[in-house]
Amino acid sequence: MTDATTEMAPYAFVRKETLEQQPAPLSVAGPLAWVRQHLLSSPLNIALTLLCLYLVVDSVPGLIRFYFLDAVWTGTSRDACLADKVGRPVGACWAYIADRFQYFIYGSYPINQRWRVNIVFVMFALGIVWLLWTSAPKKKLGIFFFFVLLPISAYVLLLGGPGAERFLSICLTLALALAALYLILSFVPQLVRFYIGEAALGVVEQLPIWKRFFGPKQLVLFALVVLGFLSLLASNPGLPRVDTGLWGGMTVTFLIAAVGIVFSLPLGVVLALGRRSRLPIIQLLSVIFIEFVRGVPLITVLFMANTMLPLFVPQEYSPDRLLRPLVGVALFAAAYMAEVVRGGLQAMPKGQYEGAMSLGLGYWSMMRLIILPQALRIVIPGIVNTFIGLFKDTTLVTIVGIFDFLRTIEATLVDPTWATPTTRSTGYAFAAIFYFLCCWGMSRYSIAVEKRLAAGQKR
Amino acid sequence: MKQVIGAALVAVTAAICAGGASAQSPTLAQVKSRSILHCGSGTGLAGFGIPDQQGNWSGMDVDVCRAVASAIFNDPTKVKFIPLSAKDRFTSLQSGEVDLLSRTTTWTISRDTALGLNFAGINYYDGQGFMVRKKLGIDSVLKLAGASICTQQGTTTELNLADYFRSNKIKYEVVAFASNQETVKAYEAGRCDAFTTDASGLYAERLTLSNPEDHMVLPEIISKEPLGPVVRHGDDVWLDIVKWSLFAMINAEELGITKANADQMLKSDNPEIKRFVGTEGKFGEPMGLTNDWAYRIVKHVGNYGESFERNVGAGSLLKIARGQNALWSKGGLQYAPPIR
Repeated sequence: MTDATTEMAPYAFVRKETLEQQPAPLSVAGPLAWVRQHLLSSPLNIALTLLCLYLVVDSVPGLIRFYFLDAVWTGTSRDACLADKVGRPVGACWAYIADRFQYFIYGSYPINQRWRVNIVFVMFALGIVWLLWTSAPKKKLGIFFFFVLLPISAYVLLLGGPGAERFLSICLTLALALAALYLILSFVPQLVRFYIGEAALGVVEQLPIWKRFFGPKQLVLFALVVLGFLSLLASNPGLPRVDTGLWGGMTVTFLIAAVGIVFSLPLGVVLALGRRSRLPIIQLLSVIFIEFVRGVPLITVLFMANTMLPLFVPQEYSPDRLLRPLVGVALFAAAYMAEVVRGGLQAMPKGQYEGAMSLGLGYWSMMRLIILPQALRIVIPGIVNTFIGLFKDTTLVTIVGIFDFLRTIEATLVDPTWATPTTRSTGYAFAAIFYFLCCWGMSRYSIAVEKRLAAGQKR
Repeated sequence: MKQVIGAALVAVTAAICAGGASAQSPTLAQVKSRSILHCGSGTGLAGFGIPDQQGNWSGMDVDVCRAVASAIFNDPTKVKFIPLSAKDRFTSLQSGEVDLLSRTTTWTISRDTALGLNFAGINYYDGQGFMVRKKLGIDSVLKLAGASICTQQGTTTELNLADYFRSNKIKYEVVAFASNQETVKAYEAGRCDAFTTDASGLYAERLTLSNPEDHMVLPEIISKEPLGPVVRHGDDVWLDIVKWSLFAMINAEELGITKANADQMLKSDNPEIKRFVGTEGKFGEPMGLTNDWAYRIVKHVGNYGESFERNVGAGSLLKIARGQNALWSKGGLQYAPPIR
């Protein structure tokens, strides 16, 4: 009844059509609302905003003026960066960075041998992109490249010497022999009957000749190409030995960080498993190692390695001066990594273990297939934290006389060729940018990985 | 503890050497067998050892190492420089990690005796000096009465300063800072009238000021800092090799033999020069070297004067005057025994 009356009502003030949508009021949407909500929502926040604003206004223009507007970009000596000589206020002396850039990258590595470092850098970059870029093809080949071929090539190329050349030719011969073996096998697969079994042999025989044993063939071919390329380089210009005392700059920083990162994760996982093991000796050894390493500062480890070790070991048998801190840093990071991984293992509910066991999985299969993939995902922030810490800790090797990136900068700061009032701030700013980019890159990548791996858990 | 181990090691080495009782130097044999000299160097000090644009090291201390390498191998590049900090330099020398330490090390009695080291000579006479603004119009430390002086905390510099001013009965005010950098900054900002540190360092620090020409280094040197190469006890022949490598550089300057004219000097009739370049007498053999050892040093590294001018003197940015480091015949202290 009421419905009918409303519809029939002749009153003019009853609106018949819907109102057009209005923009949200200024107090809840738009930039003003954002500012009010995020910057000025309470007296405390207002005070904090004002404080931050003051800090920004106070520091940023000065920094921009110093590092960009007043900066000197080109020049060959200190005269270019002296206010007196230039006739204007002088800010950062980037000309000095440009002049010493090569030294910051290679240290004292002989100039005519630096192509070797470049090749290793390119291979390293290739390996990193291959492994980290999710949609890169042939991941397994990438793992083989990064964890087998790259370390061998880096070692051979960077150090060189007759031993390295010999080693390279042996590897090449081996790869050639394997290639020949697989070539023969693709024509007569019956040769390996006893190794792969009748059924698998049947499958292989069904395939056309070029597709038989495809996986291993690919690996060997790839190794052959890389090793062949390297030995070609090695035999033409030759690979004279470059003592590790001459290595320096970013090369050494990346080397120490890469060795530390690559070795500490697997070693840390093993130590974490050892610590949670039911076998008493293994558990005891893991606990002793972890607690001992965590109980001493890295500087002590490095100092022991490079200053005290030579007192106990005869000169002929004492390991290389760069190798000692490399081992020290890797073992040190491994102990911290072990505790991070253990955190992940402890976070796994018991049901996961029991479920795995009820499926009939043994210890290693259970760990590899069920526990570790989940545990490691939980502790990605912790792992990356350790990596970043390790990367920055590499600067500590300077105290045992190794010229890492930061040390090369400090060494050039005392050089009268570039002694100006602003050289120091420029050098350290450059170092800050380098370390920031590396650490920030690592942290951003870990966030992306976390997001990808946690996609299944989002509800 | 470190010292005990070092001393024990040195004692063992000494015992072995005494037992062998031959003129052969075990250190030299080791250096020859690995065909590279391990030289303990500094971690970077202008004029004494710094890397250049290509990463090659140069400096007064570096030249001593190169001279020894030239004498042994006829090749100044056969040196591996092992950068050592001030605190672990002696341990590294005692442990045999380096064959020779050439790193602005002051010769003192405790280092020479208790630490089991031998100083092979003095390649730079340093001492504590003062820098002031030119506009103060002062030409002597003795006129610094009532001045405030910037220095670094906890160094011998601070103690020397107190000794000197007290003995000369001059009033002064110390303004001490934790790091060298802060000290220089404070001096530049006008916090004090004078700045003091080792004289060789003063020249390098002066270059980092915004207007180096406004400042001058006063002539007085108030402490003795004789710097020289060091070897460990127990290998006398090796000590001889290092000592005479340095003496050869100084003698070469006295005889007028330079890097450029070394080859002509081989034909010289002057008996002193003939003995030096090895065309007369057998002076290298007793040390286990060839007889042209001294010629090799000058040929590859140059004489002491050349090394000085190139690294810290007029040929460098530091522009340090020869002063005490001039030859004895020119009013300085550099004096080398004759080769005969």
